[in-house]
Amino acid sequence: MIAVLRTTLAREMTLAFRRRADLLNPLFFFVVVVSLFPIGVTLDLTKLALMAPGILWVSALLSSLLSLDLMFRNDFDDGTLEQMLLAAVPPQLLVLCKIISHWLVTGLPLTLLSPVLSLMLALPAKAVPVLMLSLLLGTLSLSLIGSVGAALTVGLRKGGLLLTILIMPILVPVLIFGTSTVQAMATDQPWQGYLALLGAFTAGAFALTPWLTVAALNVTVGD
Amino acid sequence: MPELLKATDLFCERDERILFSNLSFAVDQGEILHIQGGNGAGKTTLLRRLVGLSWVVDGKVTWHAPVSDGDSPDGDSPDGDSLDGNSFWYLAHRPAVTLMQTPLENLAFALALHNQVLSPEALWQALATVGLRGYEDVPAHSLSAGQQRRVSLARLYLELPAVRLWLLDEPFTALDVNGVAQLEQRIERFAEQGGTVIMTSHHGLRHTAVRHLLIGAPL
Repeated sequence: MIAVLRTTLAREMTLAFRRRADLLNPLFFFVVVVSLFPIGVTLDLTKLALMAPGILWVSALLSSLLSLDLMFRNDFDDGTLEQMLLAAVPPQLLVLCKIISHWLVTGLPLTLLSPVLSLMLALPAKAVPVLMLSLLLGTLSLSLIGSVGAALTVGLRKGGLLLTILIMPILVPVLIFGTSTVQAMATDQPWQGYLALLGAFTAGAFALTPWLTVAALNVTVGD
Repeated sequence: MPELLKATDLFCERDERILFSNLSFAVDQGEILHIQGGNGAGKTTLLRRLVGLSWVVDGKVTWHAPVSDGDSPDGDSPDGDSLDGNSFWYLAHRPAVTLMQTPLENLAFALALHNQVLSPEALWQALATVGLRGYEDVPAHSLSAGQQRRVSLARLYLELPAVRLWLLDEPFTALDVNGVAQLEQRIERFAEQGGTVIMTSHHGLRHTAVRHLLIGAPL
């Protein structure tokens, strides 16, 4: 069982490396959007600092939406996905492997990039660790919840827009808790509660989404 | 030989056309069932229903637990409508060959999904048998269509005693004459050893024990 998980993770990571152009795209988008805000909105550092948590979080959310469609697309097209559903190991575990590797190649680099970009938005330095922590949790729950949407729309040729519409409402709480955490930290208010809620949301998603995703994949593949 | 599969009253309708109805058949262990029918007759759909991937077919499909040579068939063997993941290969219409991976990686992953472990030599041997010697480490996207099909067929040449059932969807597609002959031999040998094969193909299999199932309009 452990061997299968290790093989699946290794496969996903090598595939991500070989298709790295696909994954650099969202990161590039994140950098570009965030760096356009100071140019387009204002150069006033106090105003920017006020907006920084929201800008960073909205950009992070949008850029991880960009890569979601790819989560199951290639495996669906070449037939690997149906073999995964027929595998001798629970497909939920395989799906969880896919979600985690998706997060490792999109959410994690985005989190590591965020301190550099927060500098550009004049976010107070003391808020940066909290920003990273919230992005770490938040991007994981984006990958988890996004996998359900990706599974539902993978059978459609052009599912990108539908995917966004489907999962956006469920992602709004992540955005709210994420921004509030950083905002509270930046303005010296208690922030632990928001982060705890974000963590609870992620934990809930971690427990539920593999089952929902497999159910969605069964519907998509079984048509 | 004991019965392995029983399908009763299968019915499939797609886009307001009835593909098949009142379709009932049984498959015994060690048998080769050749599902025939024209393009669009529902062969792939039927095979996907048997393997448990498709929900557009109504009716009842019962799989009996396979009985090995030593055992006597006991009454309390578990019957179910789904297959045990350990005991079959399903070679689908989409060959499950990841183009960004090498034949060796593809084969190893297919094996891992079945929770089986074999030595690397066994994988190399299987790839050599299907004529991919020298291509083991080449990305699959640079192989020809026939070679990609061979990557997926290499699974059938792995020595896995647990696998007693093959479900093959158009396995001869894109193969050359030698490849077709080799696969025919492999299927026959597998059936002689007590394995069960359910396959769809437009290609006539020249084997005495093969049983035909025609769906849709007569060919």
